[in-house]
Amino acid sequence: MPETLGGTPLEAKSSRGGNIFTTSYVPQLRYAWDTGEAIGRYLQELKQERLIARSCHQCGRVMIPPRMFCERCFRPTDEWVYVKDTGRIITFSLCYVSWDVRRLKQPQIPAVIEIDGASPGTGILHVVKKVPPKQVKIGMPVRAVWKPSAERVGSITDIAYWEPNTKTKKRQ
Amino acid sequence: MSDRVAIIGIGYTSLQPTTPLRSFKELTFESAQKAYADAAIRFDEIDSFVTCAEDFNEGISIFDEYTPDQLGAVQKPMHTLTQDGLHGIADALMQIRSGIAETVVVEAHSKASNLLTPDWLLDYATDPIYNRPLGFNPHALAALEMNLFLNQTGMSADDCAAIVAKNRANALANPVAAYPLAITSTNVKSSPYFAYPLREAEMARHADGAVVVVLANENKASKSRAKTVWVLGAGSANDSATLESREWGKALYAEIAAKHAYKQAAIEDPRQIDLFEIDDTYAYKELQHLVALGVYKEPREAAQALQSGETQASGKTPVNVSGGSLGMGFVLEAAGLYRVVELVLQLRGQAGPRQLARAKIGLAQSWRGVPTTSGAVVILGSE
Amino acid sequence: MKLERERCHYSITPTLHYSSFSTNMARKVAVIGAGMTKFMRRALETPKELAWLAAKAALDSAGMKLNQIDSVVLGTAPEAFDGLHMKGEYLSDGCGAWNKPFLRCYVGGGTGVYALAQAWFHVASGLYDTALVVCEEKMSTCQPHPQAAFLTIFDPITEQPLKPNLLWIFALEQNRYMETYGITIEEIARVSVKNKRNALDHPAAQLGAELTVQQVLASEIMAWPVHRLMVSPTSDGAAAIVIAAEEVARRVTSKPVWIQGVGWCLDTAYWTNRDLAYPEYVEKAAWMAYRMAGIKEPRKEINIAEPYDPFAYKELHHLEGLQLAPKGQAPKLLADGVFDRDGDLPTTPSGGLLGVGNPIAAAGMMKLCELFWQLRSEAGARQVPGKPERGVAQAWGDLMQVGTVVVLGTKRPE
Repeated sequence: MPETLGGTPLEAKSSRGGNIFTTSYVPQLRYAWDTGEAIGRYLQELKQERLIARSCHQCGRVMIPPRMFCERCFRPTDEWVYVKDTGRIITFSLCYVSWDVRRLKQPQIPAVIEIDGASPGTGILHVVKKVPPKQVKIGMPVRAVWKPSAERVGSITDIAYWEPNTKTKKRQ
Repeated sequence: MSDRVAIIGIGYTSLQPTTPLRSFKELTFESAQKAYADAAIRFDEIDSFVTCAEDFNEGISIFDEYTPDQLGAVQKPMHTLTQDGLHGIADALMQIRSGIAETVVVEAHSKASNLLTPDWLLDYATDPIYNRPLGFNPHALAALEMNLFLNQTGMSADDCAAIVAKNRANALANPVAAYPLAITSTNVKSSPYFAYPLREAEMARHADGAVVVVLANENKASKSRAKTVWVLGAGSANDSATLESREWGKALYAEIAAKHAYKQAAIEDPRQIDLFEIDDTYAYKELQHLVALGVYKEPREAAQALQSGETQASGKTPVNVSGGSLGMGFVLEAAGLYRVVELVLQLRGQAGPRQLARAKIGLAQSWRGVPTTSGAVVILGSE
Repeated sequence: MKLERERCHYSITPTLHYSSFSTNMARKVAVIGAGMTKFMRRALETPKELAWLAAKAALDSAGMKLNQIDSVVLGTAPEAFDGLHMKGEYLSDGCGAWNKPFLRCYVGGGTGVYALAQAWFHVASGLYDTALVVCEEKMSTCQPHPQAAFLTIFDPITEQPLKPNLLWIFALEQNRYMETYGITIEEIARVSVKNKRNALDHPAAQLGAELTVQQVLASEIMAWPVHRLMVSPTSDGAAAIVIAAEEVARRVTSKPVWIQGVGWCLDTAYWTNRDLAYPEYVEKAAWMAYRMAGIKEPRKEINIAEPYDPFAYKELHHLEGLQLAPKGQAPKLLADGVFDRDGDLPTTPSGGLLGVGNPIAAAGMMKLCELFWQLRSEAGARQVPGKPERGVAQAWGDLMQVGTVVVLGTKRPE
């Protein structure tokens, strides 16, 4: 392999200092995604302070986020099933960097939360709050904290965050 | 060992300007179920899957994340091509011929109705350094080429208007089509210009839909119950992406893709082909593509054929019996596969009111729209 | 000097297979040239120019001209970085696709290794005799920082409103992996140390460094349990490979590197319904490639591994998926020196994404280039001892979802 390779590395300051010609553009792209039947209902129920799932009678799974077809059995799912707004942390992180690369003093605590009433290992992505970061553990029971009714719009953020559910013992 | 490849199943939704009640996953699931039933195949018998999609058509990055579930492809070999469905057919053909898969599914869909800023999307595809700063609407690129093409070939606005009338009228007989209309050339010629000399009525409008095609090697095909449709050839090609370097006025990408497909299909004279489903995103493109495909030696002949009715459904060389993109709707990367659907229906004798008397070999061609010079050609035959 | 190690025998039964069909009848295909650019945080060159530099370098290395190339395959990942819709079309000139058959494949981060599989069936099918495979990424275009573009890979309805961050999914997976198998953060830090040190010998490297485990652990926590020095950078760069059917390959070179096996596998989009501790999709992709290569005991039959290492723990996670370590055991083998360049199974001798850089698709292709050079004894200071005959490269991508695997070797496949 050749020892010298193509490519001209630049310092950050080169493009800012006017030594390098640049052209910039802000894309004007907007989308409105059709939620479809499954997620449409999911959002409607979130507005009503409820979590809803779909079940497949063939494999027996209760799935959240809900879907109109079972991806394992490849057949339509059968029923709507209300599930609880409590669960356990399957995994979590303490994130000190925001999505747009700002340093955060207090970490965000994203987690995959297994939902009570759904099949084992079936979780959703959300955020945890009101707990000292060092105390968060895999297996910790949590419950949803909902926004007040007037603020709920039919979004996953109608659940403001999840907090420790002190009423349940941690599963070993 | 035979290396013949067949299409053994198709499934598709009708094309609509909007599809608010179902997500892209739900539309695709419907088409997949139909296709697998048509092919008499279980989802878990399929070896490999291909989606033809672009991130920015969907508004989701790494869109291939969201593709396997609705096809029954979980934990299977699956990849995305960021190109038209006909490129996907070429991909599937190669996979089968290499022996790595016996059956391959190709899927494409359009949720163009969810894209609120379609012209800005095309703008985002233009060269950011040399072209975008000029700030013109990208459809003007088609208008520029159309002007040159008409000038070079001596074809006229009348010819382009006749394409619109033909295709939208053909769509009246196609229950799948989104924009059937009994429109006349006169109507078209009195419609406003979008960008001279291109009229609004000559531009295909977007539609939503989902389509799934199942391909298989000869061994698997012999077990299928529907009349087998063989993929005789599949080719793809790109001319220069750079506006300033490309061959304006000629659809070289179609010419080269067709050469590859004709060679594979052992077709020496394109007149051997019974029907053509080709790109007409802008009406003049149908004429340009016919010339590039070698159906007519001279552009003048193409115009004459149009005027004499030869490319009508009732003519000697039916072109876009389905209604084309003008009549069906332009469905982004699914366009080529909806053309394949028409060919398959015709070759099987299942095209109902559109059924041609002679349909043994058909050709589908697509172009990816401005600002690209990207296209593919697929030739199907019933023998 | 190879360390003497007791070979570990793992009884691993291949899961699946879905088809008894085989690729034996297909033409044999070899890699005959490879080239790449430097990997840089920010390049002067446009994406087209980066693609061209790598493509030209690959052609030169094969001693071939563009008019001898029958088909072109491009691998490049999200448009959001380079800042273009239909990025593949824009790049096509730089890839040499002018007036040629051209396909662009895309499986997120898995693209760089998958692109070679895509090109393989171009030639194996008999349709084309040669193919040029180019992988490119220019992430620095995206302002103010490329990482922000990753927001758009999450589900727009059920996840994006939470403003998720790419770091989240890696940290969530790393935590699950560590907790499930009792792996310590020190064990993971060793991957950064090994790969960044290996990268000091790579001419393209963006982040080669001599580090200790302590230094890695002292770097700031980005998203616990992930430290800064465990994360690969965003990068600009390109890499390319030329492949040919057997009869062409033998005319061009006396050292063809054969494509012995290819495999790829995509798991469900519902990543929050899966246990992230083990990458099943990597295992399935691996067996698909191993089966094609006739490999029954991967740990014994593979001499070099280039697993995908965008984060330090990922290398370990993927080694287990690749069947090169039992579940949860890769960290111990690493600590024992098995994966060092002079170990029993040299792993990421290139320096990987952690050390060389991570221009997404180009990074996977870089690993394939590395195997090409290693198997021809052309890797210079990075050369692993002995005469390696067979290597596996693997890439990963999407929402912890896709595994893509290629096995290259000096022996012509049966």
